Amino acid sequence: MAENCPIIETRELNVCYGPVCVIDQVNMGVEPNRITAIIGPSGSGKSTLLRCFNRMNDLIPSFHMSGSVLFAGEDLYDDSVDPTEIRYQIGMVFQRPNPFPKSIFDNVAFGPRVNGFRGDLAALVEQSIRRAALWDEVKDRLKDSALSLSGGQQQRLCIARALAVQPRVILMDEPCSALDPISTQAIEELMRELSNEYSIVIVTHNMQQAARVSDYTAFLNPREDKISELIEFDQTRQIFTNPKDERTEAYITGRFG
Amino acid sequence: MADRIPGRFDRRMRRRRLEGQIFHVLCLLSILVGLGMLAALLLNIFMEGWQRVNWSFLTSFPSRHPEAAGIRAALFGSIYVIAVAGTLAFSFGVAAAIYLEEYASRNWFARVIQINIANLAGVPSIVYGILGLEIFVRFLALGKSVLAGGFTLALLVLPIVIIASEEALRAVPSSIREGGYALGATRWQTIWRLVLPQAFPGILTGVILAVSRAIGETAPLIVMGALTFVPFTPDGPLSRFTVLPIQIFNWVSRPQEGFHEAAAAGIIVLLVVLLSMNALAVLLRNRFQRRMEG
Amino acid sequence: MTSPDTAYEELVSGPIPWVGRTRRWKRYLPERIIKAVLFFCSIVSIFTTVGIVSVLIFEAALFFQEVSIVEFLTNTKWTPLFASKNFGILPLVTGTILTSMGAMFVALPLGLMSAIYLSEYAPDTARQIVKPVLEILAGIPTVVYGYFALLFVTPILRSISDDISVFNGLSASIVMGIMILPMVSSLSEDAMRSVPRSLREGAYALGATRLEVSTRVVIPAALSGIVAAFILATSRAIGETMIVTIAAGQNPTFTFNPFVPIETMTAYIVQVSLGDTPTGTLEFKTIFAVGLSLFVITLSMNLLSQFIVRRFREVYE
Repeated sequence: MAENCPIIETRELNVCYGPVCVIDQVNMGVEPNRITAIIGPSGSGKSTLLRCFNRMNDLIPSFHMSGSVLFAGEDLYDDSVDPTEIRYQIGMVFQRPNPFPKSIFDNVAFGPRVNGFRGDLAALVEQSIRRAALWDEVKDRLKDSALSLSGGQQQRLCIARALAVQPRVILMDEPCSALDPISTQAIEELMRELSNEYSIVIVTHNMQQAARVSDYTAFLNPREDKISELIEFDQTRQIFTNPKDERTEAYITGRFG
Repeated sequence: MADRIPGRFDRRMRRRRLEGQIFHVLCLLSILVGLGMLAALLLNIFMEGWQRVNWSFLTSFPSRHPEAAGIRAALFGSIYVIAVAGTLAFSFGVAAAIYLEEYASRNWFARVIQINIANLAGVPSIVYGILGLEIFVRFLALGKSVLAGGFTLALLVLPIVIIASEEALRAVPSSIREGGYALGATRWQTIWRLVLPQAFPGILTGVILAVSRAIGETAPLIVMGALTFVPFTPDGPLSRFTVLPIQIFNWVSRPQEGFHEAAAAGIIVLLVVLLSMNALAVLLRNRFQRRMEG
Repeated sequence: MTSPDTAYEELVSGPIPWVGRTRRWKRYLPERIIKAVLFFCSIVSIFTTVGIVSVLIFEAALFFQEVSIVEFLTNTKWTPLFASKNFGILPLVTGTILTSMGAMFVALPLGLMSAIYLSEYAPDTARQIVKPVLEILAGIPTVVYGYFALLFVTPILRSISDDISVFNGLSASIVMGIMILPMVSSLSEDAMRSVPRSLREGAYALGATRLEVSTRVVIPAALSGIVAAFILATSRAIGETMIVTIAAGQNPTFTFNPFVPIETMTAYIVQVSLGDTPTGTLEFKTIFAVGLSLFVITLSMNLLSQFIVRRFREVYE
């Protein structure tokens, strides 16, 4: 059943910044409670595509798009939809950890507070930090500045922060690119764990990572005119062992070889 | 192999080095001229006026007798006017900066306002005096009052507050804003809870500098119609007034030596206030910079 | 029976019910109102500009109904407050040019060399001390400089030469030059510091001395910023009021002699404001005509400076 009902789906999606178009004709679906990886060479619009899923692109004045993005079957870009309403249902973790210059506790409590959470805030914060596998490291210093944490811890704090608003989907924009291998491993394990409850979309330039953690993989590649299209979208195993398109194969083997 | 081009280098190293040293000394000297003038100014004023700075100088009204003259009326006038000007410039300036940086950035409207503000910052202060006289004193019929003076100075320093606040807001990394939006915070929630706390020291520095500029302004208030001889303290927002710089100007313009001493004493009071505000602003800015880098 | 501990365990492991997300209108109505208020605050600056321009033009138009523009711009006598009235702005213009050019004569070399020292020579610690001190110079009220010019610099000048009057353009120029020096030096230094290090290193690698790097590489690359700084500082000197009012005199004279009393445009406006000229009279309206001239001159210089910065800015990276 889950296979038939993607939680996020794009139809004929084109995105441009001013006169410069980035991606063209993307059709793909994100399966619930699975990890979907978006791979492709740098500049192929992976992050742009990801940012369409929670309307972060709206913050860029020159952004415009055509086609549609559906979230749980509803058009995300319908006029009646407020982007703010979307963003607590679809969380996001950024390339570089961006904790707020506040305490660890306040970082995680920020989302619930602005979204009018009434309930046991301390418990929610604790649960979120636990789920981000950070609790044991920070439980004694929740009042410390979040900036005092290491890079890997900061990124897990950002994940905890996203979990605290109880999203249905978590978007991750190269979440490990600024981290060392050990922190990367911790985050990857965390993602596998979280995929039981959440749908995760991850952009990565690291193909081993896509192969290790994801269930589905989408491959974006720029055409001659520099505009990227979705070359192939399939189960990860399929993409990496038996790609249908030769460009996919070239990209994957080129990198592995 | 190409042939060696005939010719030789005349490096004249000794001469170039000497020129360089002379130039170095000249540059250092020009800095020292500026600093020396500052020292001369401060020393001269201090020598002239320090024996006049005492409690009775602060609490006496001006007088026809230089020895008895004090700055009570001017001090109160300055405090009243600056309270009005500072409050207005702070609230309007920060609000305008937030709108321009966080809501309207990069559209044509923001550009027009941006250019407008840059030009307003370059308008001579005396022209603001004319504006204050026509709009606040006459058109709004506030009279030559504390309120009219405060409004005039508020307009004068508004560009300073806006420009400084914009810079402070721009220095807040956009990843902070994105983090807020990604958690479902609205624009205002993001600004109020995340951006403003980070930008606040920078904004405060700008406001302090703006207020210290307002404290020292003379010409616009003279043109607007502030008094030069006031034997009373203002009793309300519509009272007439004078301010410390105008009092100093009045004393400087008189021929008697005694009034010059009173002027120097008034300047000492003015400079102590301004320099401590400046020091505070520099301190804040340094702390701010360190935090942004750390 | 569940103990409090296990209840807590359940709470932190199970899903936490979302008790009431704030309703939509409760979040979005304030957003709208806040945005409208902020918008209003940002257009206050537009109102200010409109106010200045319309006040000056409206009142000056009334003045020019009685005095022809030709007379205003060509007559070399300015005596609106006397019985035999002349309305030629030229004496005020020469007074203004004399003092502001004199100020630039002081501020330009000193400011530029200070900037070179701070940007190219000074060790970091020296810069960190000198810069704030120079900023103090910029923060001193102009009335204080006026005092300094009249009661310190003028007596020194007069002890050198008997030809110098008590009120004169020279003393005001020198002190005004000191006043705008920090502006020239800090804006020029900013321009020089934005020249990339790689340019300097390139020149040093060819065996250039520090002087040669400064004058042949850094200054040319920073020229637009430096010129813009000079123009801005000149405009500032033209609009400066208190120093010239106190030290240069109140005698509109069509001369460029720096030793005699003169009057600038700004000082004239102060003179009328302090006097007992009734508002509404032709004599009083002169301040709007002079104010408009002042505004037009300073505005065009500021626009020129901005144009130079934008048009000739070298884009590195």
